[in-house]
Amino acid sequence: MKAFTYERAKDARGAAQAAARPGAKFLAGGTNLLDLMKIEVETPTHLIDVQDLGFDKIEKTAEGGLRIGALVTNTDLAADERVRRDYSVLTRAIVAGASGQLRNKASTAGNLLQRTRCPYFYDTNMACNKRKPGSGCAAIGGYSRQLGLIGVSDKCIATFPGDMAVAMRVLDAYVETIDPAGQRRAIPMADFHRLWGDHPEQDTVLKSGELITAVTLPKPIGGKHFYEKVRDRASYAYALVSVAAVIQPDGTGRVAFGGVAPRPWRVEAAEALLPQGAAAVTARAFQGATPTKDNAFKLPLATRALASVIAQSKA
Amino acid sequence: MANRLWRCVTNSQMKENMSKSDLGALSLSRRGVLAGGAATAAMTSAPAAIAQAAASSPMTPAEPAPMMPVSFEVNGQREDLTLDTRTTLLDALREHLHMTGTKKGCDHGQCGACTVMVNGVRINSCLSLAVQHQGDKVTTIEGLGTPDKLHPMQAAFIKHDGYQCGYCTPGQICSAVAVLDEIKRGVPSHVQADVSARPQATNMELRERMSGNICRCGAYSNIAEAMGEVAGVRA
Repeated sequence: MKAFTYERAKDARGAAQAAARPGAKFLAGGTNLLDLMKIEVETPTHLIDVQDLGFDKIEKTAEGGLRIGALVTNTDLAADERVRRDYSVLTRAIVAGASGQLRNKASTAGNLLQRTRCPYFYDTNMACNKRKPGSGCAAIGGYSRQLGLIGVSDKCIATFPGDMAVAMRVLDAYVETIDPAGQRRAIPMADFHRLWGDHPEQDTVLKSGELITAVTLPKPIGGKHFYEKVRDRASYAYALVSVAAVIQPDGTGRVAFGGVAPRPWRVEAAEALLPQGAAAVTARAFQGATPTKDNAFKLPLATRALASVIAQSKA
Repeated sequence: MANRLWRCVTNSQMKENMSKSDLGALSLSRRGVLAGGAATAAMTSAPAAIAQAAASSPMTPAEPAPMMPVSFEVNGQREDLTLDTRTTLLDALREHLHMTGTKKGCDHGQCGACTVMVNGVRINSCLSLAVQHQGDKVTTIEGLGTPDKLHPMQAAFIKHDGYQCGYCTPGQICSAVAVLDEIKRGVPSHVQADVSARPQATNMELRERMSGNICRCGAYSNIAEAMGEVAGVRA
C-alpha cells in the first residue's frame, strides 16, 4: 500500500474542498477502497475520513419518502422498519450482497461508489482502460463470463457490481451531494453511473470533490417487491444477473437488471411490456446488446430470472 | 497434514512463528509444527524474495511514512498507539498489541478469519484502518473467554467439533457470537421468506449469516450445530 496522510473531516463542505486536491479521496467504510489500496489499484496520497459528519440517520422527507444518510451502514438500512415495510426490494437487494461483516461496515454512499470487480481491473499486470486510461482492455477477447453485455463500449466491458443501487434505480431514488463551493444538487439514480464510452475511468457523474450526503427515496409505490439474484453460489457472491422488480396487482410494474451493464439497467419502454411476459420485457431491455461468447448465457438467464419474479408475483 | 497447515500460514504468522520458535528442537504442539514448517519454506524461498525486493524497490523510502496516534479499547483495556496510517486494525492487534488470536487469512475481506467485534458489531478487521477506530471498543477472541472460563460459543465449538486446523476458528467464533445477536436484534437476511418478519435462528439462517467465514477444512455443518445449541434451537 502506498503511504498516505489521513484526516477526520469536521464539516461536509470542508471535506469536499479537501477532496478536490490532487491525490485525495474520501474514506467511509473503507471495505472496497482499502481492498484496492492494498493491491495498489487505488493509490491515494491523502484520505478524508467522513465518519464524523453525522450522515448516519434515516429520516422522513416532507414528500412522504425517506432520506438515507450517506453513512448509514448497509445493515442498518436493510434492517430499518420503514424500509422493510415500504421498500422491501431495497432490503432484499442489500441482504443479497456481500457478507454480514461487510454489510456492517459498508456505507450507503460507498456502496454506490464501489468499483467494478472485473478481474482485469484488479490485475495490475493487465491492460485496463478503467485503471490506466489508454492502456487497452484485456477483458475484450479475454475471459468475460462475469462482464457486461449492454451499455458497454469498445474501451471497457466491465459491470457495476452492486445490488443496492439496482433496487434504488427501481425506486427512482436521488443521490444528494455537496460540492467544494457548497452547492448542493440531487442526481437521479438513472443518471448517477456513467456508461463507459471513451472514458471508463469515470464511474459516475460526480465532479472533483463532490461529496454524497444522502440518498432520497420518493414516497412508497406499493406493489410486491422482489430482488432475484442469480450467482455461482448461494451466498456471498456477485450477481451473474439480478432482477429488482416492483409488480402491481394489475401486472404492471418496474424492473431493473444488475450484473449486465455499467449501471443498474432499467428501460422504461421495456418494463411497460411486463403484462406481455418476461421475454417481451428482456427483448426490449437488451435490444442492441453485445454479448461475448462467454457471457451470452446472461440473456436467457435474465429472461428466466424475470419469469420467476412474474410467477411469484401471481402466487 | 503438514501441507494443509502450511497453506493456512500467512506471512505475518510466519514471521511471528519464526521469531518464537526454536528451530533446533522439534515440538509436538500445533504451533511448533507450524513454526517448523513455515521456517523451512521461508528458508528455501528467501533468496528469491531478497532478489525481488532489491530489484523492485529501494531499501529506504524517500520520506518517512506518516504516523498518527490512535486510542481504542481492546477487550476492556485502553490502548494508545502511534501507527503508520496504513496499519489495519488487524495488524494493529497482531503486530503492535501482539494479540495473535485474530488471524490474517486473505487480508481482503473474503475469508472472515480476521473477524472482530467493534462497538458490538462484527467487521473484517483487515479492511479497516486502525486510525478509523479512535475511541472504539474492540472485542477479539481473547476477550470472549479464557481456557478456564470458556464463552458458551467456544464450549459449543469444542463439543460439536466445529473446527479442524483451527486457523479460521477465532473469526468463526466472533462471527457466530455476533450472528446470534443480529438475529436477536431482528437484522434481516437473504433467506427470510418475509423480510419484515422477525428472523429465527434456524439452521438455514445460521448458514446464510455465516457465509462471510470460510473454513478450508469444511467444518461448516458442525459450526452450525454449535451455533444452534447456543441459540437454544435444534440446528
